[in-house]
Amino acid sequence: MGINLKNAAFEGWRRENGRMGVRNHVIILPVDDLSNAACEAVANNIKGALAIPHAYGRLQFGADLDLHFRTLIGTGSNPNVAGVVVIGIEPGWTGRIVEGIAKSGKPVEGFAIEQNGDINTIANASRAAYRMVKHASRLKKTSAPMQELWVSTKCGESDTTSGLASCPTVGDSFDKLWANGNTLVFGETTELTGGEHLVAERCRTPEIRAQFQAMFDRYQRVVETNKTNDLSESQPTKGNIEGGLTTIEEKALGNIQKIGKKCLVDGVLDKAEEPTHSGLWFMDSSSAAAEMVTLCAASGFAVHTFPTGQGNVIGNPILPVIKLTANPRTQRTMSEHIDVDVTGLLQRQMNMDEAGEALLDCIIRTADGELTAAELLGHREFSLTRLYESA
Amino acid sequence: MTVHFCVHDEGDSVGVVVVEGIKSGQALNGWIMDQDKMIAFNAKSDIPIGHKLAVRAIAAGDTIIKYGVDIGKAVKNIAAGEHLHVHNVKTKRW
Repeated sequence: MGINLKNAAFEGWRRENGRMGVRNHVIILPVDDLSNAACEAVANNIKGALAIPHAYGRLQFGADLDLHFRTLIGTGSNPNVAGVVVIGIEPGWTGRIVEGIAKSGKPVEGFAIEQNGDINTIANASRAAYRMVKHASRLKKTSAPMQELWVSTKCGESDTTSGLASCPTVGDSFDKLWANGNTLVFGETTELTGGEHLVAERCRTPEIRAQFQAMFDRYQRVVETNKTNDLSESQPTKGNIEGGLTTIEEKALGNIQKIGKKCLVDGVLDKAEEPTHSGLWFMDSSSAAAEMVTLCAASGFAVHTFPTGQGNVIGNPILPVIKLTANPRTQRTMSEHIDVDVTGLLQRQMNMDEAGEALLDCIIRTADGELTAAELLGHREFSLTRLYESA
Repeated sequence: MTVHFCVHDEGDSVGVVVVEGIKSGQALNGWIMDQDKMIAFNAKSDIPIGHKLAVRAIAAGDTIIKYGVDIGKAVKNIAAGEHLHVHNVKTKRW
């Protein structure tokens, strides 16, 4: 049977910049930690508005500040977002984020708290959110070819079943999506340790290989500079070890199964950077689930695939996260968190092609609007990556 | 037939237990995935789901192979069928 991706389509929202989104969120985005309370108050006032509180945004500088702006602007610009209300403590950085999001063409308005106070700011921002949710609710869905769906991947609470079955399932679907001309991303730089040569071999050109290797080597230096032991319990995590993973090399080789057997790495991205063409991209990124998925959303991805072994429960405010597992204990004890059950792979009751098709089917259903387990359970983890201390 | 453990490649030194409750002495069916072959084996330890067993005798210092690739080194001798994890295998990195 098999899904014919060339003829497949999904129903979503065509945004002002031409990108297709699969959710229609109006987000209330704080510039900084101080503005979380006002954002949450606005989201409480206006039904259908979603606050995205976070911990940072003050006294950052240099590349760390650039990443902060890139992540917030990217989040607002993501095609799963219909409109954005930005609130900051002061107007300067608030305006910078508003201007960045405005380049996508979507409705965006900024509000600063200084010289207004929380109450006036909340009132003014609530009126803007009211207009935006009204606007978003009027937008009609349209059909688009499957090729226009941007799909990201990152695994979490991995165990040995991840490398045996759930990561290869993503790999099978990525091989098919890559051949179809979709835009795809993977990352988790440290979690390639021990298998980095396998990713390097898959880079399309020597230039891309050199860029990948430089990113990998830089991250290794961070580990070597800061480590106090062999990182056991951090990488692999306690959960990974409980699940049977023994070394970072073993974990990495399982992780790498997510890029399948055929697709080539067509380019590399810095954190929260947007791809400039279709194909498979490597993003230099943390391996921590919420940080990596937050970066995928900020890079413009519309649906995320997340293999888990021991049962990571992560979601994201704007990016639907599809979870799959091959661990029968996780499926038995945590089934409300799992969207695609591939436990049959390990008992030879399902082959890899069938598993990949089951995941593709779920990706299309999710793009069409079916809620994921993480969405139903209210998981909205939003974690900004920091590069170093504030000034 | 229940698959009790999976081996990625027939050159690997380890298999992964994929069912709950494996006890020492239990007769196990193993599936070598890349070559699609079945093997039979006896467990020499109680092994939790997801954890590995050695599919051949391993000496301290030996490289452990999984997916056909180096995943670390043994720090103790490990008998075939024995539980293989952080107590007897360590990373070669970091």
